[in-house]
Amino acid sequence: MQVSRSLRTILLIELFVPILLLTIGIYHGLMQVIYRSGVIQRTSVAGLDYYQGLTLHGVINAIVLTTFFAVAFGHATMFFYTKREPNRTATFLSMLLMVAGTGLAAAAILAGKASVLYTFYPPLKAHPAFYIGTAMLIIGSWIPYLDWIGMYLRWKKENPNESTPVAVIGTLVNFTIWFVCTLAVAYEVLVMLVPWSLGWVQEINIMLARTLFWFFGHALVYFWLLPSYIMFYTMLPKLAGGKLYSGNAGRIAFFIFLILSIPIGVHHQFGDPSIGRGVKITQSILTFGVAIPSFITAFTIAASLEYAARLRGAKGLWSWIWKLPFFRKDVFLFGYLINGLILFIFGGLTGLVNASYSLNNVVHNTSFIPGHFHLTVGGPVFLAILGMSIYMLSQLSGKRIFAPVLNTIVPYLWTVGVLIFSAGLMYGGLIGEPRRTNMGLTYLNPSSEQFNPYWVVSSMLGLAGGGIMFTAGLLYFISFFGTCLRRRSAEPVIDLPVSETLHEERRVPLLDSFRPWLAIMGLIIFLTYAPAISDALNNTNRKAPPYKPTDPVPVVRK
Amino acid sequence: MLDRYERNVIITALTVSALFIFSIFYALGAKRQDVTECLPYNKTYETARVEQIDGRTYQIFYVARMWNFEPAISYIPVGSEVDLFVTSLDVVHGFNVFDKNVNLMAVPGGVSKTTVKFTEPGVYKIVCHEFCGTGHQNMEAEIIVNYPRK
Ligand SMILES: [Cu+2]
Repeated sequence: MQVSRSLRTILLIELFVPILLLTIGIYHGLMQVIYRSGVIQRTSVAGLDYYQGLTLHGVINAIVLTTFFAVAFGHATMFFYTKREPNRTATFLSMLLMVAGTGLAAAAILAGKASVLYTFYPPLKAHPAFYIGTAMLIIGSWIPYLDWIGMYLRWKKENPNESTPVAVIGTLVNFTIWFVCTLAVAYEVLVMLVPWSLGWVQEINIMLARTLFWFFGHALVYFWLLPSYIMFYTMLPKLAGGKLYSGNAGRIAFFIFLILSIPIGVHHQFGDPSIGRGVKITQSILTFGVAIPSFITAFTIAASLEYAARLRGAKGLWSWIWKLPFFRKDVFLFGYLINGLILFIFGGLTGLVNASYSLNNVVHNTSFIPGHFHLTVGGPVFLAILGMSIYMLSQLSGKRIFAPVLNTIVPYLWTVGVLIFSAGLMYGGLIGEPRRTNMGLTYLNPSSEQFNPYWVVSSMLGLAGGGIMFTAGLLYFISFFGTCLRRRSAEPVIDLPVSETLHEERRVPLLDSFRPWLAIMGLIIFLTYAPAISDALNNTNRKAPPYKPTDPVPVVRK
Repeated sequence: MLDRYERNVIITALTVSALFIFSIFYALGAKRQDVTECLPYNKTYETARVEQIDGRTYQIFYVARMWNFEPAISYIPVGSEVDLFVTSLDVVHGFNVFDKNVNLMAVPGGVSKTTVKFTEPGVYKIVCHEFCGTGHQNMEAEIIVNYPRK
């Protein structure tokens, strides 16, 4: 489909800016594994401190890249399926806010005034610019959502008897989750943290801040994941040369995500005081509910891929797998998506370990956790973002992909790296290796009296895997930025692969309406979070003043 | 409406989920594995100390601050049951006891509590596993279980 000049420019900016920043994010990923394994035993390298680098790594890779991509990809799907361009002013304003917010937060981190990690747990205090910048990024991402609702309603009016396309449902579900969950973090940031970091308010309730953060923080992972799920359902079967086994399975999966993504955030707080065990176990059980749509997806996609392989003449119970187009340059997206799915098998299962209430005692805040989430956000999420970013870059700029062979092998190399890296971190976690710790200074420094030889092997595996991941990242950058530098050779377009459904599907009204699902969503959130927030308020008796990460004495303003 | 494969998959998914949820309750009931108790906070938790309740029962009140735990070293007889209370006086800290599956957060204004039994002699290391500022990687404590010697 032809695309207007203004939309094209905005989308290209929204794809280019985060990938450019990703070079910093991935550099600090490599530095983490080097520091952690004790290869270097220093607080900083090249003027950037370990915890400052960790903040850059988390904020860029997990917040900036994912949010920019979700917005750009949302624009592309809404435009492609409703055949209408989003509002020009809204789109521009949103991009401006997101870029300016990112710049503000990045400046605060690079100046060393916001080394509080991407979870920014108070009472550690960052520079106000960090909080304001992050809030601008989030608010910028709300604007297209409101615009897309209008586009969806207009489309509905014009096509009353047609089922809403799965991609449109997926995008709207995703941004509904995002909008609702970010309300909590916006309250935490704008009402609690900003006045407190400016010195207008002396002390705040830390347990309330943590509970609001995790109201947002777990739903955030579905905001990362759902664009990949949209690609799995609407593109992967087509890329494999087949059809989607069931479109309604996809609709059911997305609506279950809508109702269960948020009311499970307390499973990040099993070790926290002040919140009752009843709330914790309820949210633990609900987390198993949110595994159901992933089971549905695994089945539907596997069935679709098998169908595609059999169309290509495959036989046998398992050998059909080898008929899939794994290393074909022309369908390189297949490689990105299938590797993401393979990683997600392990990512999903280890996630269930984390969510399993008292079993969480074994792994909470150990390196098992980053081991797990590099298999999810570093797996299907990251690979789908990389693959789709270069795909859209090539289409929107009308340029052929530079070094297509590199681009094709990137997801495979990345997957090998992540598997080794995560195996190391998870093994380390099971023997007590802490996350987010510059272990090269103490625990993995042989000349320190805190040296702990148990963690040598696990952190070395992390280093080996991290090195491979970094290499895959470099190859991707060569391909991505190489493409940017090429000459235009075709008309700019947006053309997404579209999977037809295998069976003729009638429109099911319940699966084509947001209202009942939104009502259930609101009810469950209220029932689970009202007691959590009331616990946090009632069982926390002392509020906390702000602290700089460098200083055990609180910041006091007269 | 459902085809045979879809039905089988739904049954499998529900069975697997039921198995997981059963395991959670099994660990909770039969194995007595639970998460921190939820206690109302008061000022007495801000004083670090070890208290002996009777011959086999102890209570250790941990206070975390940038960048150490108090008490830094506690001695406990083999075979005792120990209640651990953890709070923080400044920022959020973590509290992980090796090999004992004790995993708590130290949060200002709140107190985490769990109970653990030490049946084997040894030095049980505690590390802070939540980022708490530039000295985070130094933050350790020990529980030494060696007395009375067997
Ligand atoms: Cu600490």
